[in-house]
Amino acid sequence: MTSNQIPAFDLTGALPVHATEIDSLHRRLADRADHDELLDVTYRTLDTPLGTLLLAATERGLVRVAYEREEFEQVLATIAQRVSPRILRTPTRLDDAVRELDEYFAGRRRGFDLRLDHSLSGGFRAEVQRSLPTIGYGHTASYGEVAALVGRPRAVRAVGTACATNPLPIVIPCHRVVRSDGSLGGYVGGADAKTTLLAMEGAA
Amino acid sequence: MKQPFEKAIDAHGPTVLRVCRAVLGLTADADDAWSETFVAALRAWPDLPDDTNVEAWLVRVAHRKAIDVIRANSRRPVPVDVLPATTPSTDGVPHEGDPDLWSAVAALPERQRLAVAYHYVGGLSHVETAALIGGSADAVRRAAADGLKALRRAYAPPATEEGTR
Repeated sequence: MTSNQIPAFDLTGALPVHATEIDSLHRRLADRADHDELLDVTYRTLDTPLGTLLLAATERGLVRVAYEREEFEQVLATIAQRVSPRILRTPTRLDDAVRELDEYFAGRRRGFDLRLDHSLSGGFRAEVQRSLPTIGYGHTASYGEVAALVGRPRAVRAVGTACATNPLPIVIPCHRVVRSDGSLGGYVGGADAKTTLLAMEGAA
Repeated sequence: MKQPFEKAIDAHGPTVLRVCRAVLGLTADADDAWSETFVAALRAWPDLPDDTNVEAWLVRVAHRKAIDVIRANSRRPVPVDVLPATTPSTDGVPHEGDPDLWSAVAALPERQRLAVAYHYVGGLSHVETAALIGGSADAVRRAAADGLKALRRAYAPPATEEGTR
């Protein structure tokens, strides 16, 4: 075997490649991919009062907002399976979402005006999720009220599932849906995040 | 392939850049070959079988792109505008205390340089390397070993070099 003839030698360490060089090549690649229409999904992270969020977009619009507790690697793997594996970390297409979320967390924005891509949800869940922006800033609705809103008053549990699987939390305000007894109910970002959001909106 | 492409850049981007630089030198051509490799990979990515050895596949794509870049530019490689602070000597002779071995790689005879690039840097087998650069697997094995020996001599300070072969 060659390993016996050639004593170990760290060739990789002796041929350094700098992180800044890879970063600049990566930016070039993202620009080129965008130009060649190969950029199916872009993503970046954003630091917020609720921790780091992951934002992902397709050409159609924002497709995913994820909390750190959902595990970004898992979130990206799911997007690769269900949307496209042509995923690059680049801020392309995400500037508006970043600006609006920053404004929202600064208390200067009460609603989002973003193009959304709903391809990560379907059927009744998507229907429920699309209805949620009708619950205004600072207001809450019960799971039962949302079920009635979408014309399926007995589908309370299904509304709960639709909220729990919302691919666009914060932007689609599933945090405004609470239990009819006034308790908070679950939240994809955790109970603390839900409390913080509702307090920030003045709904608590 | 159902993995996010970004993971492939993360995992293999530096190795592919080392291969491109070993083949083309510390030049803008090497950067171009890296870009062309990853653009082609991104294009092919959704149709790539899940059990593909991604790094070996990228190294083979890089080989083809390096040839394309050489053909397209058929001119002397020119240094990139901005090199890292540790720019190696460019006269082919490693200076004393050279922080890295890039110039020693550039100074190798072509067969040795390519064999080192694809086998030791890119991780291809001797058989796979021979398929890319021609010749027998045995000849590639010898060229790679000779190249590596020359690099070790350039890298190790004479005082601490243990015995010569």
